[in-house]
Formats: sequence, C-alpha cells, structure tokens
Amino acid sequence: MVDPLLVELSRLQFALTAMYHFLFVPLTLGLSILVAMMETVYVMTRRKIWRDMTKFWGLLFGINFALGVATGLTMEFQFGMNWAFYSHYVGDIFGAPLAIEGLMAFFLEATLVGLFFFGWTKLTPLAHMTVTWFMALGTNLSALWILIANGWMQNPVGAAFNPDTMRMEVTDFYAVLFNPVAQAKFVHTVAAGYTMGAVFVLAISAWYILKNRHVALAKRSFAIASAFGLAASLSVVVLGDESGYALTEHQKMKLAAIEAMWESEDAPASFTLFGVPNAEAGRTDYAVRIPWVMGLIGTRSLDTKMPGIAELVDRAGTRIRNGLTAYAALEAIKKDRGDQAARATFDRTRGDLGYALLLKQFVDDPTKATDAEIDQAARSTVPAVLPLFSSFRIMALLGFALIALFGTALFYTMREAHAPRWLFRLAFLALPAPWIAVELGWFVAEFGRQPWIIEGVLPTFLATSELGVPDLLVTIAGFTALYGALAVIEVMLMVRAVKKGPDQVVGDPSMLLPGTGTSIEGYRPFATPAE
Amino acid sequence: MLDFLFDYAALRVIWWVLLGVLLIGFAVTDGFDMGVGALLPFVAGTDTERRVAINTVGPVWEGNQVWFILGGGAIFAAWPALYALSFSGFYLAMFLVLASLILRPVAFKYRSKRPEARWRRNWDMALVVGGAVPALIFGVAVGNTLQGVPFHFTDDLRPIYEGTLLGLLNPLALYCGLASLAMIAMHGAAWLALKAEGPVAERASRLGARLALATAALFAGGGLLVALGLFGGYEVVGTQALDGPSNPLLKAVATAPRAWLGNYGAHPWLVVVPALGIAGALLAALGFRARREGATFLASALGIAGIVATVGVSMFPVILPSSTSPAQSLTVFDASSSESTLRTMLIATVIFLPIVLAYTSWVYTVLWGKVGEDEITGSGSTAY
Repeated sequence: MVDPLLVELSRLQFALTAMYHFLFVPLTLGLSILVAMMETVYVMTRRKIWRDMTKFWGLLFGINFALGVATGLTMEFQFGMNWAFYSHYVGDIFGAPLAIEGLMAFFLEATLVGLFFFGWTKLTPLAHMTVTWFMALGTNLSALWILIANGWMQNPVGAAFNPDTMRMEVTDFYAVLFNPVAQAKFVHTVAAGYTMGAVFVLAISAWYILKNRHVALAKRSFAIASAFGLAASLSVVVLGDESGYALTEHQKMKLAAIEAMWESEDAPASFTLFGVPNAEAGRTDYAVRIPWVMGLIGTRSLDTKMPGIAELVDRAGTRIRNGLTAYAALEAIKKDRGDQAARATFDRTRGDLGYALLLKQFVDDPTKATDAEIDQAARSTVPAVLPLFSSFRIMALLGFALIALFGTALFYTMREAHAPRWLFRLAFLALPAPWIAVELGWFVAEFGRQPWIIEGVLPTFLATSELGVPDLLVTIAGFTALYGALAVIEVMLMVRAVKKGPDQVVGDPSMLLPGTGTSIEGYRPFATPAE
Repeated sequence: MLDFLFDYAALRVIWWVLLGVLLIGFAVTDGFDMGVGALLPFVAGTDTERRVAINTVGPVWEGNQVWFILGGGAIFAAWPALYALSFSGFYLAMFLVLASLILRPVAFKYRSKRPEARWRRNWDMALVVGGAVPALIFGVAVGNTLQGVPFHFTDDLRPIYEGTLLGLLNPLALYCGLASLAMIAMHGAAWLALKAEGPVAERASRLGARLALATAALFAGGGLLVALGLFGGYEVVGTQALDGPSNPLLKAVATAPRAWLGNYGAHPWLVVVPALGIAGALLAALGFRARREGATFLASALGIAGIVATVGVSMFPVILPSSTSPAQSLTVFDASSSESTLRTMLIATVIFLPIVLAYTSWVYTVLWGKVGEDEITGSGSTAY
C-alpha cells in the first residue's frame, strides 16, 4: 500500500507543473496562428504595417514560447519520475503518442522557431512566411498528440491487460489514434488556445487605443483578433468536449458530477443553471433548472436517458464484483503461468480488473473484501461534486462572455464605426478571462477523472513511484521556487515589451525588416497614428 | 504491416539501436550547445564576446534540445520499464537535470532583453549551469548503470528503487561524470572554433585541444577500470527467449568482475566501437591544433558516437542491471514494449526521422557561416 500522503503530494506536484505549463501553451497555440496570419497579409499586400505587426506580436510570442518550452521539459519526464507504476502499467500505449509528438511536432516547432526570429535577413519574405506557418503547424500538432495521450486516459480504447507482462498493451493502435474523446478534446483545446491568443491581442491593442499609442497597428490587430476570436470562441462552445462525456462509464460519472445530477432523470434531462450541490444529502439546493437542455447537450437527442450518480455507483459495484473474478484469476496465473482455466476466466473478465483494484485502498487483498468495502469502493468512484459543478459553470460563463465581447468588437470593426471607449476598456479587462477559463477546464477534465488515473483501468492511488515524502517535498519546493521566479521575470519582460510598444521593432535588431540586410534606423512607422 | 520484415526479437534489437541513435543524436547536437554554455566564462570575457559565443548556438539550440525530449518519449514508448525505473530511481538527480535545463530557454531568450551587466551575468551563470550540470549528471547516471542500480520489482511488476541520491555520487560514477563533462565541453569548443570568429574561436581552439586529450584519457582510463574489474559486470545466464513476454522476472543473471568485456571476447571486431571513441577524441585534439575546424567538429562528433555506443555494446543485452536483485535486471529482450507498439513506432520513425533530418539540415544551411563581433554589434544584426 502506497503512503496516501505520497499520493496526494504526487498529485499536487503534477497539478502544479501541468497547470503552470498550461499557462503558456494555449497562448503559444493561438499567437502562432495569429502571427502567421498577419505575416500572410504582409506577404500578400507587402504593406509594412502588417510586417511590423508580425514582428511585434512575434516578439511577445517569443517571450511566452521560452517558458512553454522550459516547463514542457518537466512534463516529458515527470511520468517516469513521480508515476513509475503508471509508466510501466500503460507505457506500451501512453508512451507512443508522446514519442510521436516529439518526432512530428516538437522538432518542427523548435527547429523552425530559431529561423522565425533569426531568419528575417536570411530568407525571402515568402520563405519566412512558410517557416512561420510550419512552426504554427508544429505547435498545433503537439496539442494533437498530447491530447491523444490524454484522451486515452479518459477513454482507454484499443488496449487490454496482458497477464504475462502485468501491464496494459495495445490491441488496436487506430482505436487509440481515432479515439473520439481525444478528437473532441483536441478541437476544444486548440480552439481555447486560439481564443486566448485573440484575447491577448485584443486586450493589448485596446490598451494602446485607449492610450492613443500605435493606433494604426493596434486597430488592425484589434480587428483581426476580434474576427479570429469570435470564430475560435464559438468553436470552443459548439465543439466543446461535452459530446465526449456520454461515451464511457466514468465520463458519464464526470458529467453527472459536473451537473450535480444525483439521480437519473427521464430524457431529456434538465440543465441546472445554478445551485448549491449538497453531497451529504445527495441533492442540489436552490437549483435553477432549464428543462431539456442537459439531455440535448449531453446526448444530442431527446430520448436518450442520462444516468445519475446513484445509478452509476450501482453499476460500479457490479463491475467491482466482476473485477474480483479477474483479480482472482490473475493471482492464479501469477502462481502458475500454465493455468489455462485461470487464463480463460481472466480473458473473459479482464475488462473489469481495474474496478477490483479500487478495493486496494480499503483492503490489502481485494479477494477478501467484505460487501461493505465493495460499497465503499463503489462510492469512491464519485468525484467531488461541488468543485466540478462550480468550475464548469465559471468556465462556461467566461466562454459565453468572450463570445459577446468578440461579437461586439467585430460588429464595430465591420461597420468601421468609432467603437465606444467602454468596449476597449472591457476588452482590456478581459485579459485574464481565458487563463481562468482554460485552467478551470483542465481542472474539470482531470479532477473529474478521479479516482482513476486511467479510467476503469488503474486507480490514481496505485500509480505513483515508491518515493519518500521528503523527495516530493524537495521537488515541489524546488519547482515552486523556480517557476515562481520565472513567472515574475516573464510577466516583467512582457509588461516591459508591451509598454515599449511596437517601436522597439525599430530599436531591437533582432526584429529587423525581413528580406533586407540594411539598418532601419529612423524608420518610425507609427509616428502618425491617423494613417 | 512489415510483419514479414522483422520479428519481435529483431524489433527489440532495432529499438535498442534506435535508443543509441537518439542518445548519440542528443549528445552530438544538444551536446555542442550545452558545451558552449559550460565554456562561456572560459572562452568569452566581455559582453560582446559572450554574445558571439551565445549567438553561435542561438538559433539552433532549441531544435537540438528536442533530441533530449524525444529520447524521453522514445524510452517511454519502447522501453517503459526502463523509463519507469530510471527516472523514479534517479529522482533527485533527474530533478537537478530538469531544473538546470529549464534555465536554458529563458536564459537564451531573456539575456538580451535588458542591458544591465548584472542581469546578463546572472543569465550567463544560468547558461553555465544549464550546460555543465546535465552533462555531469548524465555521466554519473551512466557510471551507476555500469555498476548496477539497487532496485527490484514486486510480483505486480511495481518498480522499487532502494538507493539514495548520495549513493549515486560514488567515486566511479563521478569519474564517468567527469568524462562526460570533458566530452561535452570538447564538443562545445569544436563548435565555437567552427562558428565563432576572433578571440572566442582562438580560446576555444586552445581549450578544446586540452579537453579532447582529457576526453580520450578519461575514456581510455574508464576502459582500464572496467578491465580491472572495478565496475563489475552482469551477464544473462542460460538461454533467454528472444521473443518472450517483456517480464524481467523470468530469467537468471550472474555478476562477474569483467562481464562488460564479454561481448568483445565473443566478437573481437566490436573493438572498433571504443577505438572510434578514442580515435575521434585524439583526432579532434590534432584538429584543434591544426585549426582545421570542420574536421575537428566531425572528429569530435564521431568520438562522442563511439563513446556512447561503447556503453551500449559493452552491456548488451543488459540495459539496466540491478545490483540487489541481478536476476531482475532489464534486458533488451524483457524490458521492451509489445511487438505491436515497437512496430508502429518503427514505422513512425522511418517516416518522420528523415523528414526531421531534412529540415534540420536545411535550417543549418540557411544559418551557415561564422558569427563575429561585426555581426553582433552591427546595425543589421539579428542577434540575441
């Protein structure tokens, strides 16, 4: 039995490092595409201002990119460091997308990012633009592969437990690749990244407009961000990954927890707009419900019934009992590898082996579990409802608010009307919103997966390395200090770069005009705001 | 797909070779930029000189570092037991590596953002740490691997490491760490001699000659220590099924003082591998003296390939020996992924690795040429 404190610390460390990494990654995703779009307009029109926009937003992209790369290093090795049993148990499946991510995506973005910054004088504008697009493609491909890996943790298709190697092994790689949960997650996450990039550009442009600085550049940036942002934020909601929640047993449990749906409802289920989930009483107090909506979102139909928490706990109980048969057969195989009867039994029941492992937090030998312990294990499949219920609602609210903001911004841009100052103020104030939303979204997806690290296959509490608590304390303190210091420096440099404004593309030699080798001293593209 | 070409045993050997290719790729590419970082205060005094040194690697270090990340991913995918055991076993050492490497992206990117001398000196220190500490620790890890690492598995194949951080820092392992540091620094010097101009290249050549001799001497000395039996050695006893399940509990392993030399006894031609390590380093030393920068860099790269490959060839088929439960040591034939995963990953590698090498070469071609002070300080500069 692994020390529960070690499990909690391992989870804390993963949450800290992953959520910190995720502060930078979505912005990289969104800004890379926006910068590539700006450069494309430049190459097509050859208008200097678009080149300056490319360079200015590229400069901010670079500051952010550095920390994304730095914190991504930790992620690649942390599974082995803190989650050794997990790594052995599912490495046969989970490792592959990570390796392909390196081969297909990281090399592309990391090799080309050097040319993006250093290639301005060495490449033709068309070649440079091509480099920028491939760099953006690299960042987006990396999101695809990591979400294929993550999607498999949520919906472990195409794999089965092999009693000879005591681990999960691939049975169908295409099923892993085209896992519907992974597809939904990819679209949702990438669209969220685009939204973040758009808010970033929109907010900083609004600040310049309010300060009456660099207005020509800021207005164009504002326009492109509002159009791109509206498309992206609509995609986040419409292509939200709720569609994947109806697929598997625990995704259903996660959905029931997010919706605080304690009991099954007749189809189509109502959506709880607001309420205070009360886990002890198994009901939601002060609930404001909208009929039909939940059934529509969750099942895309009017007649599919959605199970509530109580029903899902019952089902988990059944699967635990089935899993115990598999567990007993596996123990027999371990003692006698030639036991064909045990192998036959195991093959029949191995899909529920993971459920029997849930018992290990209550009893050392699951085959000796009492009915009370089985009930306890079944109830442990319910994630904490209140944090999921409220996080999801704040995330969704922010998503809808951003759609309204982008819509309004685009409305004024399209009419070429003078937008009211409150719109710019609002756009600036919206800056933190996408970060709050993506972190909450990440939390809902991963905290909602508990108690599983791989749904239905491996409980989180079994998955850690056999480390000492002091080891974890050292690394948590170390990462916190290091990441904290880097965050301060990053924000400081970002604020400085924004305050200095696009004029630094003149002063900063690394932001030289593309296609020329000459100095651009004295060139002030923004001297007259009314272009 | 490709079933007719390779069986499970062949796939395992291919992935063992690919693991070597990745580690060599990492040492040869990321090695030179880590070497440049480690040598920074020794080859460059003024801020302009330091910028010359930094900008020789400025546009390429990021792509180079992906070899390290890919190495992690490939070990995870192809050798999950090794991934699980080594990174949890060398836990705090690995944390030091990560913390040092995390400093590099920010140091490269942020150093030039402010003009103050103190700001830049601090980031210079970060580059030194980010270059030297991982090089040292990787060598220490190899030193421990050669001696055997204290671990065992439970019957659920839960990996359990029994050692401590201080246990890793034994004299033999530190010796390997020193050899690794000399090797990486030699390679950094070879890069600087090739890509930098002026006093930076001068100092790098002078220093590089000494580092190359040190590398050759330390590597040959390591061979001597193995021959004297100080490192010990492990060998699989009896026949191990080459296509059996990846379960490290099903074989017997014996320890013998000079077992790591066994493969050379059985196949004497394998001696070319360590010979390449020594010859590469010695040729690099001559190249530094003769100021033949291109040849020097090539010799240094070949030397590194020989040195890294020597470790693998000496240990084959063992990958990670257990000092406390030798029978549970990880070998090529019982620590790999399933046949299906190895095959899928091989197809992905065969498709994508050539593409990676193609655009990487293109990027290096675009950036061809020396970096000098004019380029850094001139108004047409694109430098950090």
